Parts: sequence; structure tokens; C-alpha cells
Amino acid sequence: MIRQIKQKHFLPGFGIGLGFTLSYLSLLVLIPLSILAVKSLSLDWTVYRSLLIDPRTYAAIKLTFLSSLVAAGINLVFGFIVAWTLVRLPFPGSRLIDALIDLPFALPTAVSGIALTSLYVRTGLLGRYLEPYGVQAAFAPLGVIIALTFIGLPFVVRTLQPALQDIDKEYEEAAISLGASPFRVFASVIFPSIRPAMLTGFSLAFARALGEYGSVVFISGNMPMKTEIVSLLIVGKMERFDYEGATALAAITLLASFLILLAINLTQWHYSRKVQQTG
Amino acid sequence: MDTDMRSSMQRLIQFFMRCITITFVVLFLVLPLYVILSEATGEGMSVFFRAVTHQETLQALTLTICTLFIILPLNILFGIAAAWTLTKYEFRGKSVLSALIDLPFSVPPVIAGFILILFLGRHGTLGFLLEKLDTQIIFAAPAVIVATLFVTFPFVARELVPLMQEQGVDEEQAAVSLGASAFQTFFHVTLPNIKWALFYGIILSTARAMGEFGAVSVVSGHIRGKTITLPLHIEILYNEYNFTAAFAVSSLLVTLAMSTLVVKEIVYWRSGKKQTRPTGGFLESPETPDL
Amino acid sequence: MPFVRLISLCLFLLFLSGCFSYSGKDTAVEILNVSYDPTREFYREYNAWFEKKAFERTGKHVRILQSHGASGKQARFVIDGLEAHVVTLALAYDIDAIAQKSGSLSKDWQTRLPFASAPYTSTIVFLVRKGNPRNIQDWNDLIKPGVQVITPSPMTSGGARWNYLAAWGYAWLISLEKRGVILSAITEDERRQADEDAFSFVSALFRNVPVLDSGARAATTTFARRGIGDALVTWENEALLAMKSLPGKALEIITPSISILTEPVVAKVDEVTARRQTDALAQSYLEMLYSPEGQAMAARHHFRPRHMEFVNAEDKNQFPDLHLFTLEELFTDWQTAHKNHFSETGSFNKIYQSLYSLENQ
Repeated sequence: MIRQIKQKHFLPGFGIGLGFTLSYLSLLVLIPLSILAVKSLSLDWTVYRSLLIDPRTYAAIKLTFLSSLVAAGINLVFGFIVAWTLVRLPFPGSRLIDALIDLPFALPTAVSGIALTSLYVRTGLLGRYLEPYGVQAAFAPLGVIIALTFIGLPFVVRTLQPALQDIDKEYEEAAISLGASPFRVFASVIFPSIRPAMLTGFSLAFARALGEYGSVVFISGNMPMKTEIVSLLIVGKMERFDYEGATALAAITLLASFLILLAINLTQWHYSRKVQQTG
Repeated sequence: MDTDMRSSMQRLIQFFMRCITITFVVLFLVLPLYVILSEATGEGMSVFFRAVTHQETLQALTLTICTLFIILPLNILFGIAAAWTLTKYEFRGKSVLSALIDLPFSVPPVIAGFILILFLGRHGTLGFLLEKLDTQIIFAAPAVIVATLFVTFPFVARELVPLMQEQGVDEEQAAVSLGASAFQTFFHVTLPNIKWALFYGIILSTARAMGEFGAVSVVSGHIRGKTITLPLHIEILYNEYNFTAAFAVSSLLVTLAMSTLVVKEIVYWRSGKKQTRPTGGFLESPETPDL
Repeated sequence: MPFVRLISLCLFLLFLSGCFSYSGKDTAVEILNVSYDPTREFYREYNAWFEKKAFERTGKHVRILQSHGASGKQARFVIDGLEAHVVTLALAYDIDAIAQKSGSLSKDWQTRLPFASAPYTSTIVFLVRKGNPRNIQDWNDLIKPGVQVITPSPMTSGGARWNYLAAWGYAWLISLEKRGVILSAITEDERRQADEDAFSFVSALFRNVPVLDSGARAATTTFARRGIGDALVTWENEALLAMKSLPGKALEIITPSISILTEPVVAKVDEVTARRQTDALAQSYLEMLYSPEGQAMAARHHFRPRHMEFVNAEDKNQFPDLHLFTLEELFTDWQTAHKNHFSETGSFNKIYQSLYSLENQ
């Protein structure tokens, strides 16, 4: 049972807030998802076994998780730099960049995939400069990472922006006046205060990348064992009326990504509790 | 001497950060946008305008915008309720609840559609009930709304949570102890503090709702003139080798997304005078005016 | 806080207006035709013609609603409750699935219309670059080293499954021919031998495939617009359409010596038409496909009609003669073909696993 452990604050509205949140969540997310859970649990375990020993499925799972991780990592680093520049170092034209950030969201993923493929294919605007160096972007794992980075970018930037805007600059200034180096200031003053936002942004970008389908199918080339992603396998199974296989594979992917999200959330709460205790 | 060196180093870092930002944005955002726009206008502006004002495009646009009008209020309401509950109180199972809210993110859109069919489809859990009522949700306009609600579900809450967590409850507590009601506290104390995060959340939901393809594609049934949203319409055009029109309609979505820029400027302008920001912090260029 | 109240009010009004805009009413009789991708252009013309025809005959306004998508996906939609009055899909397997899983049409649907409910057919051909620089004439030219072949992924595309089976069937029949075996008197051993030959032929073919797009039209785009590959394996109707829709791309069609007869099928969904009282209308919609006008229209949109006599000479010339085998002749039925080739233990999966382990050695 969920109940308030201790009335830490005497703020009203807990009942109505939690009630509304839970019922809306149940209606739209939990009940539909639990149907999937029930279906997947009632499957014969041989369905799972045949999936888990299939090298092609294994290769797809590996590619999906690794490229999502790399893409989310790239987004975390560059997304932070972009967000910082937009919030703290505006320059002529930075507002335009600010507006552009939502582009990957507003574009249907298929359009993004097509546009990125046109760019990175060996006759494309960027691909033709990569080819002499033997770098194949489109129809290769690198293409998957590029597409996933593209679709995940707004998550990190948009999560970091409000947090950066809200940072109290007193500590920073104090640290600077005490002679701390910029990196030191970042590591010990700025980073701790934006850590929740960074974790959130990272996990959102990562989770989104795991489930991406529309853009990746265009740029990856869908080669079995090499550039096939899990979503493609699921869609393929559904198209061939293999509902059991699709349900099982979907359940495995969902479980994995849910566990990752849970782990990230737990880390976040662990940190915030520590901050509350020490602060 | 020391301060000189530090300030030059600071300037150098600022310079690099701007360079990285511009390079990254050009590489990942500007170039794809360039591809879309150049394809859209490749056959001249008249072709572009004919595609954008075509009857089927307008029908798709209407459906997309109607969907938007329905999902935004619901998302805002839920987002605020969820963020408020998660950040202002301590209770058991809080991190589980938080992870549950993120759950729709990790559901591939295609699977989301699949799940909705399992739930509301003809052989689904509620299928018999809907059949008795002779209502169709799946493969009709309501399905587009439900699918869009599902994929945009966590956006507002996710934007609000980190910020509200950082802000803590002190201000609200003060307001309550001075005798303010919950709603008064929310409107006068909390809302002004979170309005930017709320705004970003709305932008994200809007953009995502307009561009959603995977889940909607699974539940819409693709009936021409009835359940076709803009992204589905783009797919149809592209598959009919009508590339120019496909990219022209895509650029319409880009324009809609960019129009958030205008909204943002207006909101800034409205509230700009109240927001003063200290300058001269770490890595901040001192000569920059306030946004 | 008048500002906040104003915004809340606005949001509420938006919500209401959004809700209301969905409740429109229409008086015309509607029929939904759920079809697969390559028939878009054909049914656009056919529907307009049929609407006019039906109005002339009955005086009632009829509206044909149209839905397109990958064949398997469309079949799944119908199973899950998409209210299709008629289905016009790429393979009998997909309509069989509807009959089995939803029971909304009887299992003998294929016997209810002439030619096993396939009013038009097609085959699998190649599209090459103008002048045919790689000199590709037949299937065995596709496995030459250095030739790049474009085909969609059999995982997601029904058309790609036809491509795959066409290549397999070619190699299989050639293997029989070399050994002087006759198909009607084949032994188990000879069958196994032919299967092995076909397996190594299709493996060699897929070694030359640099990219597997998710759908037939995406593959055409990769080949024609991005300039990747030397040959595109595709439906004849799609190849002819691409020649017409993508002018200036300098393409040529090559018809192989042997290929598969692809039979897209049509059926009425009885349960829906009974409930919506559109039974007769739906029936005549399908029957008209066999009429002289319907057949000529199919030919105009590059499908091989069943009645060539209704087609003018110009359209007839698009369809050269070749040895066409049917799916039933070589692969028994779709169920078996699926199990042997496209399941987890099927030949497609095996091909890629062996290709992969070869590369990693």
C-alpha cells in the first residue's frame, strides 16, 4: 500500500494528487501494459528459449542496447554543452538553435530517417566525405547510432535547460572567487545540482532509443546479424502473424528497459536523499 | 596576472563551447533540415504550395491539430498532478511510481500500438464491451488520440520533476502556514516557479504529438480522408514516389515546431521584466544581455 | 490570477472544440477496401470509376474508402477489428489468416470468385540501370561477384517474400533441369538435392545484397534515387510503375527466363458486409474487377490481367512471355513456404547465420 511515511510537510493536496496520478496512469498505461504482461507470462517457455538461443535475435538485442547507450552518451555530453551554451552563453542566432532543438521530435521518425540517409549515404552530402576514409555511415551500425543520437537530442537539452536556468549562481561565484578552476567548479558545484536532470535526460534518451523504429529502418540497412534492431524483429514477427514471438520479444525488451529506468531512478533518489541528509 | 590568465582561459572555454554547439547543431539538425527544405522546394514553390494546400493534406492537418487540442490539456493536468505528488511528499513506492511514469518512453511506439490493440481491439480485453456499444475506438479517430496520449504521456511530468525537486517545498510550506489553500498555493507560489519547465513540457508534447508515426500507424487503420494524420500522409506521399510533396508536408511540420519559437518569445516578452538574472557567473559572458 | 484563469478557460475550450470536430455525419453508403501497397494507383482509378457506375445504376451515392499498407500488417488490422468490407491483399496467406483468426469470412473464400479469387497477377522481374552496364539477363547473373542486388527484407515485406521464393524456385528448377529430373516424378532424395542447390544459390544472391529495406517502395527509392546497387528485384507492376513515376532515372526492366506467378487475391468480409448491409455492393465491387473495364484498368496499372482480350495492344506489350511457376507447384502452400523459409528455423535465417560466420572466420 502506498501511504505517506511521515507527514514531512503539512502541504495539502497529497490525496487528490496521488489519486489522480494513479488513476490516469492505470487507465492509460498500467492496464494496457499489464495485459501484455499477462499475455507474455501465459506463453509457453519454449517460445522464450527459442528466442534466446537464436543468434540473430541475440545480435539484434546487442546492437540495440549498445547503440542506444552510445547515442545517449553522446547526447549527454553534447546535449549538456548545447544546453549550457543556450542558457549561459547566448550569441546572435542562438535563439534559432534553441528553436531547432525540437526538430527531431516534430518530424515523423520516418522523415528523419530518410533525411539522415540522404546525408550519410555514400553519394550524400556528408557520406561522400566519409567514404574516402573508408567510413561507412549509412547501412552500418554507425548509421544506427547517428539516427538514435538525432532522435534523443531534445530529451537531454530540454531536460537540462530548466535546471541550468535555475542554478543558484552564488556558490559558483563563491567558488570562483576562492580560486577554483573552471573544471573544479563544474565538478563540485554545477554537476551536483544538475545531476538529477542529467540522469533524467540520459535515461529518456536511452529509453527512447531502445524503442526507435521509424528512423532506424531507413538508415541501418536491416542486415540480419549486423544492423538489425529489435523493433524490426518484433514488427517482422507481427507481419507474419507470429504473435507469440512478438509478444515474447516485446516483453523481454520492455522488461530490460524498465529495469534500466528503475535503476536510474533509484540512483537519483539515492543521491537526493544523501543531499538532504548532508545538507 | 592570475585573473588575466583565468579570464582568458574562461574566454577560450566559452569559445570552444560555442563552437562545439554550432558544429553539433549544424551536423545533426541543420543539415537534415536543409535536406528536407531543399527537397520540398526542389521543383519550385508552386509545387510546394500545391502539395501543402491539397485537400488530403488539409484533412490530415485538421486531424493532427484536433488531436493536439485534446491531448494537451490532459497532459498538462496529469503532468502537474504527477510532478506535484512526486516532489512535494515523501511516501513509500515513490521511485517505483516515478519509473512507472517513464514507462511509456521505453515502450517502442509500434509495441504501444500493439498493446492498445490488445486492450481495445476486437479480440481485446474491452473488445466485447465496445462491440456491444457499437463504438469503434481502434482504427478510428479516437485511437489516434489514445495512441498519442500514450506516447506523450510522461513529457510534462518529466520536465517538471527535476526542477520541482530542486526547488523543494519551503515556499509552499510558507504559503500554507500563512493560511493559503492548496490551489492558491499552487497558482501563486508553485506555478510561477515552474512555468518554464511546464512550457518546455508542453512544447515537447506538442512536437511529439504532431510527429508521432509508429503508434498511430498501428492503430489508425490508414483510412484515407478519415484517420490519416500528417505523418501518415507523408508516408503515403513518399510511397507514391511523390517525394516533393512528402517533403513539403514535412516542412509544414517543421514550421509548426519552429512556431514554438514565436510563442516562447511572446511568453518571454510578457514575463521578461520580472525575470532578472545575475550575470558574471561561471563561464558566462558578461556582455550578454538578458534573454 | 486572471491570466491563469484565461489560459485554463482557453485550454478547456480547445479541448471541447477538439472533441466536437470529431463528430461529423455522412449520408453516403461507405465501403472500406483494405489493400496492400502497390495497388494505390490502380484502386484510386477503379474506385472513382466504380462510384460513378454504382450511382448510375442505383442512384445511390457510394463512397469507397481506401486503406493501404504492408499486406501482412493490413491483414492483422482486419483481424483486430478494422471494418473492412473487402480485402485486396498480396498473398492468399494473409486472407487465410483473417479467415482463420477472426472467422469473419468463410475458409473457402478463394473458391467464390474466378481464378482462385485473383483477378490480376504479376511476376518478379529486375530493374537495372540504363544500358544494363553489368549485363544482367537472368537470375544467375545476380550472383556474380561484385554485382550489388537490392531487395527488401523478407521479415517485413510481403513483396520480398515473393522475390525470395522466385529466386529459390529458379535455382530449384534449374537444378532439376541439370539432372534431367521431371517435377511430376521427383523423389525425396532429388528434392533434397534441389533444396541444397537452391540454398547455396540464394545464399550467393544474398551475399550480394548490401541493404535490406523495410518495404518494396523503400527499396525502389534506394535503388533509383540513391543510386545504390546494380539490380533491383521487384514486382513487375512495381517496376513498370517506377519507370513511369521516376522519369529521368534512366532505368530498364529485365525479365528473367523463369519467375514466379504472383497472385494478389481479393475477398469480401461477410461478417462486416452483413452487419453494414453492403453485401451486394461489395460483391459487385469485386466482380467488376473481372469486367472488361476492370481488366483493362488493371493492365493500365501494370498488373497482368486474367483476360488479355480486354486489353489494348499497347498495354499488352508491357508483359513479355516467360516461364511462370505458381507457388503451389513448388512450395505446396504458403503455410509450408513460411515454415521452411521465413520462420526462426527457416532458410532465410540460416543463410544469414552462415554468411555471418563465414565473414568472422
